[in-house]
Amino acid sequence: MEPISGVPAVLAMLGKIVGIFTAVMIVVAYTTYAERRVSAWIQDRHGPNRVGPFGLLQPIADGIKNILKEETMPATANRFWFVLGPMLSIIPALVAIAVVPFAAPLPTPWGVVDMVVADVPIGVLWVLAIGSLGIYGIVISGWASNNKYAFLGALRASAQMVSYEVALGLALIATLMLAGNVTLTEMVWQQQQLDWWYAFPLSLAFILFVISAFAETNRLPFDMPEAESELVTGYHTEYSAMKFSMFFIAEYAHMMTASALMATLFLGGWDIPFATWDDAYYWQGQYISGFDEAGAPIAASLAAWKSLATYAVFSLKTAFFLFLYIWVRWTLPRFRYDQVMTLGWKVMLPVSLAYVMVVASTILVLDYLEIPYGFVFGLVLTVVSGLCTLGFLFFLDRDRVIAGAAVPHRLDRPVRMPDTRVPGPAIRGD
Amino acid sequence: MDIDLLSTAYSILAVVAVGSALGVVFGRSPVASLLFMVSSLASIAGIFVILEAHFLAAIQVMVYAGAIMVLFLFVIMLLNLGHDYQQDLKGWAWSMVALFVSGGIGGVLVQRFLDLRGTGLSLGLGLPNGNALDRSIEELGALGVIAEPLYTTYVVPFEITGILLLVAIVGALVLAKRNVEGGGTVDGGAAGGEGGR
Repeated sequence: MEPISGVPAVLAMLGKIVGIFTAVMIVVAYTTYAERRVSAWIQDRHGPNRVGPFGLLQPIADGIKNILKEETMPATANRFWFVLGPMLSIIPALVAIAVVPFAAPLPTPWGVVDMVVADVPIGVLWVLAIGSLGIYGIVISGWASNNKYAFLGALRASAQMVSYEVALGLALIATLMLAGNVTLTEMVWQQQQLDWWYAFPLSLAFILFVISAFAETNRLPFDMPEAESELVTGYHTEYSAMKFSMFFIAEYAHMMTASALMATLFLGGWDIPFATWDDAYYWQGQYISGFDEAGAPIAASLAAWKSLATYAVFSLKTAFFLFLYIWVRWTLPRFRYDQVMTLGWKVMLPVSLAYVMVVASTILVLDYLEIPYGFVFGLVLTVVSGLCTLGFLFFLDRDRVIAGAAVPHRLDRPVRMPDTRVPGPAIRGD
Repeated sequence: MDIDLLSTAYSILAVVAVGSALGVVFGRSPVASLLFMVSSLASIAGIFVILEAHFLAAIQVMVYAGAIMVLFLFVIMLLNLGHDYQQDLKGWAWSMVALFVSGGIGGVLVQRFLDLRGTGLSLGLGLPNGNALDRSIEELGALGVIAEPLYTTYVVPFEITGILLLVAIVGALVLAKRNVEGGGTVDGGAAGGEGGR
């Protein structure tokens, strides 16, 4: 089977672009619905249930409402940048997902179609590059609003995203070292070859990545840029109607990209667990499903139903992370701003740096012992990473770094609170 | 068809890059200048992609457009609001120095351009040993092409650059720290670095 080429390839590409765009918009719309239904479920309420069966048409009603509402333009806002802000926000959110493979290659009469919009050679770096451009939309809109709450939200957003990008990148390096490549297609293939999803041999990287991804998408407990109790709604305080809606779509599209990325990097992407019949990879001019004992490639048998099955599995994994986002949002309280920064720079950064060293040394030792890339290789890494993860969790969640506002009364030892007192004149008679 | 498409893309990117660079210099608002600079850097990243230097393009966007420019934006928004640019204009002596430096660099570039004109090497898209580059990308991957020489042949200059950057970071920290102590209150978080004006 040959990869598709010529005019059919162009048509297939256009089809994939339109299909993925539509899918993202639909998933975004229904994630907002899921957010409200799940939050209602968690808080023992009903949630939206009036528009259509089970309230399923609610996102459409919301969309129509947002288009029909009046656009307000603050008198003191900088018009040009104020309008540009939402656009700069939504474009990176929608294009970042282009490199994520979403199913096994699909055989067609004209050739095999890779189920990824753009399998660029830099793979996951594309997501990071585009993601880092996403800050501009937030910062520009916060600044152009000429509103102190919006401006504070924008500053918080940029500081937070720059801080957590470091930990995100370092967690990613662990996966890159194990996979030996950056394209996401290859990442999926390497996880199929290892017989372990990277969430197990790189468990600490997985945890660090999930935390950083929450911070990067500005979701609770990291939603400092739009903390309602402090900043009205932060950078989009002055926005209304469809412009606000664009920020909303951008946030959920970011969530979806992050979920798809986490599923691909750490949960094997479209790989079906405990099965090898779905494995497929384009290797030296042919599609293979693996290597036999002698090291000769085994040709992959591609089928439309396999593509469909792998697509379903990929959707399930992405949906799991989207649910995790919602679950965490309605379970955890918001951090204080200094806690966010402390966690980012004093915990995440050193831990991820040390962990990269541990993983690199382990891989080096395993390579030196000439252990083949497979189940045993993954098992050793799983044990090593498991120990690191245990250490990390016991270190992190003991009120040492992040002390809550309430005084813990069930701990034996005193808790060191960060010194946040501002020196000032002593108040008499106090 | 391929060559035409690439040439067209190159022309568009080159015009955007140069146009944005002019925008950086002539823009009145510092924020607008900064965004023009981001657009210029992004166009140059696009040119890197045309030259098959995918990794450089990604790093260009990630590091310069994504991280460094955001810090610039931060500083401009926090410190430079309400300033009149008139005070920042330099005297004629500085203008002469600037003219001399930029004229020198411009002259070298024009000289290089004129040298290449006669050689028949297509400007901008001329890849010396294009096939060799393709082969090594095939062999080492988009990252390996950079990483392999960087960590073998050029490891000493690479490490020296790293130490240089470390010195700069430590120096910045020392300067900022002294300012904070002189200025009184220390507020937590990232804004602490510029406390005490």
